[in-house]
Amino acid sequence: MTSIVEASDMRRRRRHFIDRTMTGVMVGAAVVGVIPLVLILFYLLKEGIPGLSLSLFTEDPNRPGLPGGGVRNSIVGSAIMVTVATLIGVPIAVGCGIFLSEFGQNRLGTVLRFLVDVLAGIPSITIGLFIYGLMVVTRGEFTGFAGGLALSILFLPIVARITEEMMLLVPRSLREASLALGAPSWMTTLRVVVPTALPGIATGVMLALSRIAGEAAPLLFTALGNQFFSTDLFHAMDALPLRIFVYAVGPYDYWHDQAWAMSLILVTFILVVSLIVRAVIGTRVTVRS
Amino acid sequence: MAGLAQERGRTSLVNRVRIGDWIFTALVSAAAAVVLLIIVGLFYELITRSWPAVTHNGIDFIWATEWNPPREVFNAGTFIVGTVVTSVAALVIATAIGVLVAIYLVEIAPPMVARPVSFMVELLAAIPSVVFGLWGVFVLGVFIRDDFGPRFVDVFGFIPFFDGTPLITGLLSAVLILATMILPTVMAVSRDVIAAVPRSQREGIVALGATRWEMIQLTVLPYARSGVLGAAILGLARAVGETLAVTLVIGNRVGIPHTIFDPAYTMASAIANQFTEVENDMHRASLLEVALLLLIITFLINVAARLLVWRVTGGQRVSVVE
Amino acid sequence: MVLDSEPRTAVDVTGETGTQSFQFQPQNALKAPAGPEVREEPGDVALRAEHVHAYYGQKLAVGDVSMEIYARKITALIGPSGCGKSTYIRCFNRMHEFTPHARVEGHIYLEGTDIYDPNVDATRVRQRIGMVFQKPNPFPTMSIEQNVAAGLRFTNIRNRSEIRDRVETALKQAALWDEVKGDLKKPGIALSGGQQQRLCIARAIAVEPEVVLMDEPCSALDPIATLKIEDLMYGLAERFTIVIVTHNLQQAARVSDWTGFMLAGEDGVGRLVEYRPTQDMFTNPREDRTEAYITGRFG
Repeated sequence: MTSIVEASDMRRRRRHFIDRTMTGVMVGAAVVGVIPLVLILFYLLKEGIPGLSLSLFTEDPNRPGLPGGGVRNSIVGSAIMVTVATLIGVPIAVGCGIFLSEFGQNRLGTVLRFLVDVLAGIPSITIGLFIYGLMVVTRGEFTGFAGGLALSILFLPIVARITEEMMLLVPRSLREASLALGAPSWMTTLRVVVPTALPGIATGVMLALSRIAGEAAPLLFTALGNQFFSTDLFHAMDALPLRIFVYAVGPYDYWHDQAWAMSLILVTFILVVSLIVRAVIGTRVTVRS
Repeated sequence: MAGLAQERGRTSLVNRVRIGDWIFTALVSAAAAVVLLIIVGLFYELITRSWPAVTHNGIDFIWATEWNPPREVFNAGTFIVGTVVTSVAALVIATAIGVLVAIYLVEIAPPMVARPVSFMVELLAAIPSVVFGLWGVFVLGVFIRDDFGPRFVDVFGFIPFFDGTPLITGLLSAVLILATMILPTVMAVSRDVIAAVPRSQREGIVALGATRWEMIQLTVLPYARSGVLGAAILGLARAVGETLAVTLVIGNRVGIPHTIFDPAYTMASAIANQFTEVENDMHRASLLEVALLLLIITFLINVAARLLVWRVTGGQRVSVVE
Repeated sequence: MVLDSEPRTAVDVTGETGTQSFQFQPQNALKAPAGPEVREEPGDVALRAEHVHAYYGQKLAVGDVSMEIYARKITALIGPSGCGKSTYIRCFNRMHEFTPHARVEGHIYLEGTDIYDPNVDATRVRQRIGMVFQKPNPFPTMSIEQNVAAGLRFTNIRNRSEIRDRVETALKQAALWDEVKGDLKKPGIALSGGQQQRLCIARAIAVEPEVVLMDEPCSALDPIATLKIEDLMYGLAERFTIVIVTHNLQQAARVSDWTGFMLAGEDGVGRLVEYRPTQDMFTNPREDRTEAYITGRFG
């Protein structure tokens, strides 16, 4: 017998038709979602590879309008500022992450976790202006150090949350084994939990490092940029993303070529780090910036 | 007894252990406090630095549209309109695609497909803003000016907003670039939220004879709706604060855009474009006031979004890095 | 009607022919088109499982189980945890395959049609064979009324007053009407656990399935809520064929007409050990393993 409320064939067919259509729409959306990355990578390779040359790494920019030269100053500047940001950011971020994992299973921890997340969402340009007010106005000069400091604020929430996550992944039994041996809890944390979580934290640092390396907005009003080679932390300093920005809006074709080449270098660096991070800590940690 | 303990090298039960714990706690608490300090400092710094402009510009700042540095008339109306229009349009596009991709990844795609697709969309978030801008100018912008724009205007030009002269930079480029940039955020958060919908919910409706789409429509999406909304708002926060890519592709012109091809300005791009070339102190303070407004808006949007996402995922972190 | 032409009971109720006594009708007879209503006949077969194997990926969880479920009877499946009884019951409405990487081999006939026939629409099978799950799973975004009417969306019933009537009938059959009739607009999750489970029962029977599968429906409930559900099952058995999986032997003894005992072997594969009228099973088990289990010697 057929149940009296059962759908008629027509209605059933319609339902299955909608089901198939929506499945198709979702597959289509997935294709659309993947296209931008493919297109961007394609153009980075197409436009970037011709601009790659050794002189890009070994020479500084020529006088504007004179083709040739390189972006050694930007690469070195980026490296210096990212290093400064990492040196400032790691102790604070890891400390914050330890706080969240060890003492954060309460209301205070929830609030702090929330603030860390909110800090991650604050526009980087306002962070640049914050450091501008804090350091540049008071010193009367744009400095690489200010740039590094601004980047460290972007660095902080990423690493703090990864540290927390990685610390919480450490099995309880390991902690308890150490405590049972009579080790005080701080020693347990530092000697047992942190070392176990270290590979995860290290990859998190790499991930954050690759993210801040691509940031230009916080540097606009802190490091400013500098077309000359400089390693002086207390003067204006150049960075790859800043130089890409300047060259992208500039009038010369060779600037555009170099901007593509720099972008290719930057993106390659970031993607390689992302892949390493993915391989080490897997899908638990996603690679959003 | 005490002698025996000393003989065996035992330490007293009351010893430095406590001090060690105390120092350790103090250190990590100090690190945690830095986060609070930064957020407070951000507001403090921007408020004090922009205060002269806040008093000078008055409340008109928020809606009037004249921005005239030489005459010291500063009103952020056009920037706000530009930010709202680009962010909301980008959000609509990114949410529509992002949520569909998220459903596809969770409900349909086999792991062999889901992982690479997921990864590729997420990698989009790793591309620096300035690279998006470069691509937006030289690839997307050129495409809009030479191919898409003219044909689009031929067909849809009779509709208001859809006419005008396609240029390399303009509203449409900014919207498309922004949509691409926030897609990973919307997709990844939605995906995590949708994956958090209990299996029993899906089984309940499937056991009643639902097709897969009916299951998604009737139980999965309603269950996840506040989290998906949170994902969208999180994307909105990113779009509102996005700077360099937008600065490169939006055209940077003070004025209310009349068509999708018109150049415009957003709050962030105005700051990025003008701050290093201010004409007077009030100009600088007014740009800081724009930044303060931007900070307040993104802060509120972020708080709202996180609360929504947290409610669905039960405070559990859905993904570590945003 | 084809079933009428076959022996009245396919299983020898008196059990004279041994434990593996369920015999099957010829295949060709089963494939014949469904005839008129036969559910009035006690002892009619509602579902016939033949050589059902259920897999999770490569792992066989249920091995070669064949049995007949009798119409308008309550059939209990018992056995220690991990014996595959929950997996097996999910094969009856093709819910097993909803689990990723899970699949089923074998045949289950509903009125002569193999529900695992490639031409059979699984959503239709599930409309005719309803299911109640271990934990109450009302839809949190729907009201009580919408919860009960959820399955009706997939049917031809669009008329509002008819939907309301069916909701009322289903809630009455599920012994929930008196408790919720004033609060039909309230969210389904506002109810207590026992009420939620009765709401899920109402949701399952609102579409008038022939069979209702219950997968440990009381395992998440307190004893009083459990008794209420057991009570309403007798009433339900007048209209529906009920299959219930339970880990509670007393429950099986109290509510069921037939009992199947499943056990996982050394290989981890669940098999049907014995399947007989409940009274026989509990008073005079044929298999040593059954006796050991029901007397509490293991499991």
